[in-house]
Amino acid sequence: MSARSGLDPHASSSRTAWSPGTRRVDFGRRVLVLRRRRVAVRFEWRSVIICSVLALAVACMAVLALMTGSYQLSPGQVVSALTGGTTGIVHDIVVEWRLPRVAAALVFGAALGVSGAVFQSTLRNPLADPGIIGFSQGSYTGALIVILLVNGTYWQLVGGALVGGIATAVAVYLLAYRRGVQGFRLIIVGIGISAMLGSINTWLILKADLDQAMAAATWGAGSLNGVSWPQVVIGGACIAVLLLLAAMSSRPMRQLELGDDAAAAQGVRVSATRLGLIVLGVALTATVTAASGPIAFISLVAPQIGRRLTRSAGITLAPAALVGALLCLAADYLAQHVAPTPLPVGIVTVMLGGGYLGWLLITEARRRL
Amino acid sequence: MSTHASTINGLTAAGDAPPSPSGSRLHVESATIGYDKRVISRELSVAIPDESFTVIVGPNACGKSTLLRGLSRLLKPSAGQVVLDGADINSFKTKEVARRVGLLPQTSIAPDGITVADLVARGRYPHQGFARQWTEADEQAVLRAMDQTAVTDLSGRLVDELSGGQRQRVWVAMALAQHTEILLLDEPTTFLDITHQIELMELFTDLHHVGHTLVAVLHDLNQAARYGTHLIAMKDGHVVAEGPPAEIVTADLVHEVFGLRCLVVPDPVAGTPSVVPLGRERPTAAPTTEPK
Repeated sequence: MSARSGLDPHASSSRTAWSPGTRRVDFGRRVLVLRRRRVAVRFEWRSVIICSVLALAVACMAVLALMTGSYQLSPGQVVSALTGGTTGIVHDIVVEWRLPRVAAALVFGAALGVSGAVFQSTLRNPLADPGIIGFSQGSYTGALIVILLVNGTYWQLVGGALVGGIATAVAVYLLAYRRGVQGFRLIIVGIGISAMLGSINTWLILKADLDQAMAAATWGAGSLNGVSWPQVVIGGACIAVLLLLAAMSSRPMRQLELGDDAAAAQGVRVSATRLGLIVLGVALTATVTAASGPIAFISLVAPQIGRRLTRSAGITLAPAALVGALLCLAADYLAQHVAPTPLPVGIVTVMLGGGYLGWLLITEARRRL
Repeated sequence: MSTHASTINGLTAAGDAPPSPSGSRLHVESATIGYDKRVISRELSVAIPDESFTVIVGPNACGKSTLLRGLSRLLKPSAGQVVLDGADINSFKTKEVARRVGLLPQTSIAPDGITVADLVARGRYPHQGFARQWTEADEQAVLRAMDQTAVTDLSGRLVDELSGGQRQRVWVAMALAQHTEILLLDEPTTFLDITHQIELMELFTDLHHVGHTLVAVLHDLNQAARYGTHLIAMKDGHVVAEGPPAEIVTADLVHEVFGLRCLVVPDPVAGTPSVVPLGRERPTAAPTTEPK
């Protein structure tokens, strides 16, 4: 680690009355302390700055995505359409056609980022995400069964995917349960169940006829193509509530990173907190899956990128959400406008994830050797 | 019950709870404690004397760590109860217990990239809330805990970069920042070399002198007898003997508890009982004479 201001006695700044005699804790990093009446919070300056930059990048990416298409717009046109300054065709293009998709990418990306952060922190494993306890394979199995056996409508497909994913997650949790759930056991059981479901999925696709297999593959890739306002509004509302809950659970979550015993000794209700966090993480991913199909790897990558950018201790939620939103927006932009033919966003994120895993393998191997 | 007047930095140990009439704020009443269906201790009754430095000793798997986990509410007794300040410990809110009883667990995990001060500050959790995460009181408690454990100079360092002895002092600082009068220590010296073991034991003695009630599980009988004021010897899940080390540590007790044949001689420095194993080779010299 370079350029830490560890030995600088003036590293901490505070907005409270600062008498020269008052000693301040040296965190080795510049911290921002705000104390007003009933509020007393502490942030690392680096995290504050990185999050601001990320938020700006998300805004720019969103404007860029709103500008681009068969009918090119200028940034000014986009902004005035968003602020209600224009009517007519520009307003329709921006607000009615492009905005649902861009809003979906932003909100769903943030949800996936937080979902992954919750899992990686709770299970203390950088490779954890809801997929690890079987959610992805389970929801795919559910969707396949609806497509192949019922030949169902879109909403039946969504229902099948949710039932499949949540049932699998519950089954994995119960199988791993022994006086509370330990992260490692959950991961092992999850990998086993996922592998089983993966082979069932392959078998189901082999049994299907071509049209059904195509439909299944399209859904399974994860795409924002069919997203319209109702889905964005309903999904967005669910996600807003879940993100609020996640923000409120973030302190016990980070306390759990110290180990179950230390957390319990400091007054965290370990089993209840862990179960609540797992439910929260699965619910976030399930909401996204319901609206767009499974968008892989964002939940895996975003928390780690966020952590490395902010150099925070352990996983933090805000950077994970912002990186998730940025990645999802960028991946959808690439899939729509840069790829030779428009692709489902899930394909681009899978490529991103492959790169991330390779990079993680190389750096981890280098650190261990 | 005596009240210690000595302080570190002019501050006494934490805690607002009044001293209990029985002289023991924390005790176990005929409790059955174990894991799943495997019972470790049955009908166990133990009291931790207030303001004592209690040390629990016994062979491996005798239930000493289990007792400590029971005292800290990590394990709930399947029968009987653990009593804290006159009420069943399970009737308190978890955060309320954490404001009265602290624990240094056997193993803890330092998150990647955490600095010493950040880790110590995590000990403030039971005093904080969603909007009140870093008050002036939090800041002063963290400074004091780091002073007491002599890690203030390491404040901004990464925990990963520290030596084993330094790291253990940081974990003690985290437990101290929790600001509890009672502090439980689960094998705090196990992975340290002898110098750091003694350094840590003397730190605990200092904490005991400023009014903390300490309960430690230790492997080293000589350290237990030297630094502890109250000894609890356990075997097969029950208490074999308890009391001041000078009164209860005898060759017979060591043989009964550990199955070890030994001599008990006065520690030449502290005068406390000191255990010298006989082993297979019997010494020819008499125990009290100087080998020459």
